[in-house]
Amino acid sequence: MIPRERLIDVYEKMARIRSFEEKAVELFLKGVLPGFLHSSIGQEAVSVGACMALRDDDYMISTHRGHGDIIAKGAKTDRMMAELFAKKTGYCKGKGGSMHIADLDLGILGATGIVGGGLPIANGAALACQLKGGDQVCLSFFGDGASNTGSFHEALNLASVWKLPVIFTCQNNLYAESTPQRVHQNICDIAARGGGYGIPEMCVDGNDVIAVYDAVSAAVERARKRGGPALIECKTYRWFGHYVGDPGTLYRTKEEVEEWKKRDPIKLYRENLVALGAFGEEDIEEINRRVEKEIEEAVAFAQGSPDPDLEDALEDIYVGRYIP
Amino acid sequence: MREITYRDALKEGLREEMRRDERVFLLGEDIAEFGGTYKVTQGLLEEFGPARVRNTPISEAAIAGAALGAALAGMRPVGEIMYIDFSTIALDQIANQIAKVRYMFGGKAKASLVIRTQGGAGRSSAAQHAQSLEAWYAHVPGLKVVMPSTPYDVKGLIKSSIRDDDPVIFIEHKLLYNEKGSVPEEEYLIPIGEGDIKREGKDVTIVATSRMVLRSLRAAEMLAREGIDAEVIDPRTLVPLDEEMILQSVKKTGKLVIVHEACKRLGYGAEIAAIVSEKAFYDLDAPIKRVAAANSPVPFAPKLENFVIPDEQAIIKGVRELFG
Repeated sequence: MIPRERLIDVYEKMARIRSFEEKAVELFLKGVLPGFLHSSIGQEAVSVGACMALRDDDYMISTHRGHGDIIAKGAKTDRMMAELFAKKTGYCKGKGGSMHIADLDLGILGATGIVGGGLPIANGAALACQLKGGDQVCLSFFGDGASNTGSFHEALNLASVWKLPVIFTCQNNLYAESTPQRVHQNICDIAARGGGYGIPEMCVDGNDVIAVYDAVSAAVERARKRGGPALIECKTYRWFGHYVGDPGTLYRTKEEVEEWKKRDPIKLYRENLVALGAFGEEDIEEINRRVEKEIEEAVAFAQGSPDPDLEDALEDIYVGRYIP
Repeated sequence: MREITYRDALKEGLREEMRRDERVFLLGEDIAEFGGTYKVTQGLLEEFGPARVRNTPISEAAIAGAALGAALAGMRPVGEIMYIDFSTIALDQIANQIAKVRYMFGGKAKASLVIRTQGGAGRSSAAQHAQSLEAWYAHVPGLKVVMPSTPYDVKGLIKSSIRDDDPVIFIEHKLLYNEKGSVPEEEYLIPIGEGDIKREGKDVTIVATSRMVLRSLRAAEMLAREGIDAEVIDPRTLVPLDEEMILQSVKKTGKLVIVHEACKRLGYGAEIAAIVSEKAFYDLDAPIKRVAAANSPVPFAPKLENFVIPDEQAIIKGVRELFG
């Protein structure tokens, strides 16, 4: 049984992600943010359900579509927003941008822009946990597209033979960029690939935050007890295109998108909360107002922050000084 | 002083660092019971056990990724890639992840790890087991590249590389492992970024790397008989490069010959030639000469392999050209 405050915390985290992402999309379309942006709207339940199963001292590694995962692990929205604005106060001092936000203090080992690149790294963090003798775990998020990379297969096999405490969590949003899953692989359930490596697998509704939480929690508990890795596939959907600016209409029908929007993970969870009687609509609205205010303040923080100095470009390449 | 092989000196360096710092561990293919393809790690399993001397599957991306993840979580891994040719499988992890995390994450992450590998021709290993790819890695900001030629250097530099907070690509040569040289019993370190004058001379500067240092020294002895006194410099580390040592030598001799085993086109010699052209052009009294492998894959037939890889005669010929 999840305590009441956790239940509401879950809602707040999903609302925070949605609000952050909506604001980021709005700012991007206004031309305020440089670079490009991958929105995770629609996938909030996977990020929050999975990260809720982790402790603060556990590790997590994310992807190019990582804002939601990072917020779910506890990252501060003001420093994230500042990073999107390419400001000195951003998590990466304006040198990483949307795709590479990390906070090592929160166990966020960053986000890699190379599809599949995070899984082998997650193994290493999990190995460090194992070697140090603690019971920490590492959770690796990745998409359906990553499940076709060599990195995925090398990483699953190594995690299995070394019994690493790593939770491979697939955010299957049904499209690898523009390529539908049915075109890029001949299976429906990516989870089935776990069996090929002797890894316990599970397939869950990725729009049901509690289902994700339950599945990941079970995997985390097993991993903490030296039970080895797990592969959990969360079936979900991204509402936007691959990046903001891609309407996503060349390869998906409007009807399909609308069907998935009806299964909005936040709306579903909100309805459940209210139905449980634990929370009233007014409680929820209050959270929404609080989160929106936080995001407005994050934008103000970012806008009021200084740009990086030119000499910052040549710092942090090495721990030691710049090598000309 | 006692004489030991390059292999044993390297092993001593690894052993000393593993005894000194329990965060140091080894991972790679066939490195445990088998002791590594070139037997560098033989005996280390017995002393340090399977947790710290870890056999991996044949999964180079997983090796490099695990090294990075473990480093991010506070360990000091030494990953072994059996042949530098195989490091291409790990290139995403090395070039996109290991080299970039510190910068992308705004200086918060440290990738304190070593990737040990070996390259070079001379054993009829053909085109996929005999390449010299050091320039690939030297081109990527964020990596350090170390390439020792003697037992003394390999020991001092592996120890420094393990202690270095930045990622080091440590490139050995398959035909150096049996070479013997003086190595003191007492502990010592060699700073990364310091070259070594292997032979002092006044007429011409020969900058050579890895196995070509040995060939250049032999060539220098032969040249001495015809009255040409060559100075032989081994930069030992390509990134950072001891520019000052090379520039000072060129100032003295007025002539520069660069010798390496990698293909000539865009090999590291091109970088050294460019640096000397930019910074010491007026000290030169002859064109800079590069003696390097032909721009071809490494052939299998010993006769052909010997033809494409520079030998003493090729070095002598290159030097003589500068003396008209």
